[in-house]
Parts: sequence; C-alpha cells; structure tokens
Amino acid sequence: MTLAEVQRILEAEVLCGHEHLGASVEVAFGSDLLSDSLAFARPRSLLLTGLTNPQVIWAAEVIEVTAIVFVRGKRPSRDLVKLAEEKGIPLMVTPKLLFDSCGLLYQAGLRGTLDHERKQ
Amino acid sequence: MSGNNKAFLELEFPVAAMDFVRAGRVASQIKRALEQAGMPAGVVRRAAIAAYEAEMNIVIHSHGGVMRARIAPSLVEIEAEDWGPGIPDIELAMQEGYSTAPREILEMGFGAGMGLPNMRKCADRLDIRSEVGKGTQVVVSIFNAEPLEARA
Repeated sequence: MTLAEVQRILEAEVLCGHEHLGASVEVAFGSDLLSDSLAFARPRSLLLTGLTNPQVIWAAEVIEVTAIVFVRGKRPSRDLVKLAEEKGIPLMVTPKLLFDSCGLLYQAGLRGTLDHERKQ
Repeated sequence: MSGNNKAFLELEFPVAAMDFVRAGRVASQIKRALEQAGMPAGVVRRAAIAAYEAEMNIVIHSHGGVMRARIAPSLVEIEAEDWGPGIPDIELAMQEGYSTAPREILEMGFGAGMGLPNMRKCADRLDIRSEVGKGTQVVVSIFNAEPLEARA
C-alpha cells in the first residue's frame, strides 16, 4: 500500500515528506508505547501512534519505519517535524482514533507485523 | 575481544540523566557507525534497538552514564555503564512489563517494562552487573554471522 493510499484512507494531513508519498509500506504497527514499537514494529512498516514527543522520531529511525501517522488529531511540535524532515521520515496526522485507523487500513489490505512474519 | 572479535572501532558517548531532548542520539550515531562499517542490516537493527533501550535506561533511571560501542568483524558490543541507584533485583527487572519508571516517563511512551527484555531479544549474549547505590553495567553482544573482510 502506498503512503498516498494511507493518506486517502485515513483522511490524513501530510506534515512533511510529500515527496515520499509514492513509497509503499508492507505492514503496520500501532502503539502508544515506544518499547513495544521497538519490539514489534518492523523495517519498512507504518507506525501509528498518539505519541508526539521527539523520542518517536529517534525510535522510528532505529526501527527504520517508512512513515509515521499521528492519530487522534495529535499534532507534533515544529521541532519534531523538522527532525523528521532531516531523517527523511514522512509524517501524517489523522483525526481518526488508533483503533479506527488500524481497522480501516487492515480492511484495505495492510497487515500487522506478526501476521506478515507468519506468512514468510 | 580477540582475532575476528578484535575491535577495529571503539566509540564512546556520554549520556545525561533525564535529558529527553538529546536522548536517542547516541543510538542513532551507533547505528550510523555500524552501517558505515558495513555490518549486515539485521546486526545493525538489533544493535541499534539494544543501544536505544540502553540509552533510555540511562536517561530514565540513572544519574548519568556512558555508552560504548565496540565493532569487530564478527562481533558488535554495546556497553552501557551508569552511575545511579542500581538494580536491586535483576531477575525482576528482566520480566516483561515490570517497570519502576515514574508517571511522567510513562506519559512520554516509556516505562512499559520492555527495555531489558527488548535488549535480551536483540542480544546473542547479555551481561548485566549492578550494584545498589553505585550503578549498572550492561553489555549486549551481537555476533555477525557474515564476518566483515579482515581489516588492518
């Protein structure tokens, strides 16, 4: 699924990384806990979270996520967006809740990280 | 470290307690160094996650410390040494979900009690030494099954 599709499905606003919307994600992970994201998210995945402190970007870099969607309309600070721009990580914000966002993406064919691993 | 396990690159970074603005940068720098050294993606990823968790542990739980990375053709060691309260019960701290992080840390998305368990998952060998009232030293060893070309 491309990031442009993610944006359309979640009616999300792109905060940075417009030029990467053609990139695609294979799997997604949703959590408000960074350690769980580190444990379960996978490279080239989409991270959905309600956390907006800069730690999210540092963790995302370590995990090598393709893009981050902030749920529940949570808007990160300008500094966080700047950091994401430097790291080349596209950011979006959706007014939808975490559960609803995940449900919509799942319905559209995106799968979870563990589902994906079982198939391989 | 000896032979193929002899480090050709050693890095050291100070880590300040409760500095959430800078926290995460050391793990990022270690990750970049491993990539530049030509380590396989899987090794880089495991080492970076372990380093991130170790760095966060120093930031959240200690009075400050130092992170070291030793890179050898077939081995990466991430060492985190801190000055602080130490861990009274390491076995308990290794349990998933056990956390002593204060409330404001939880609100930042940390304190899930997954730091040390995550490090164990990433590590081929995990050594923890801790002395209550003095500090903690954690060494994560990750073996590289596809050793790099021998270097001078």
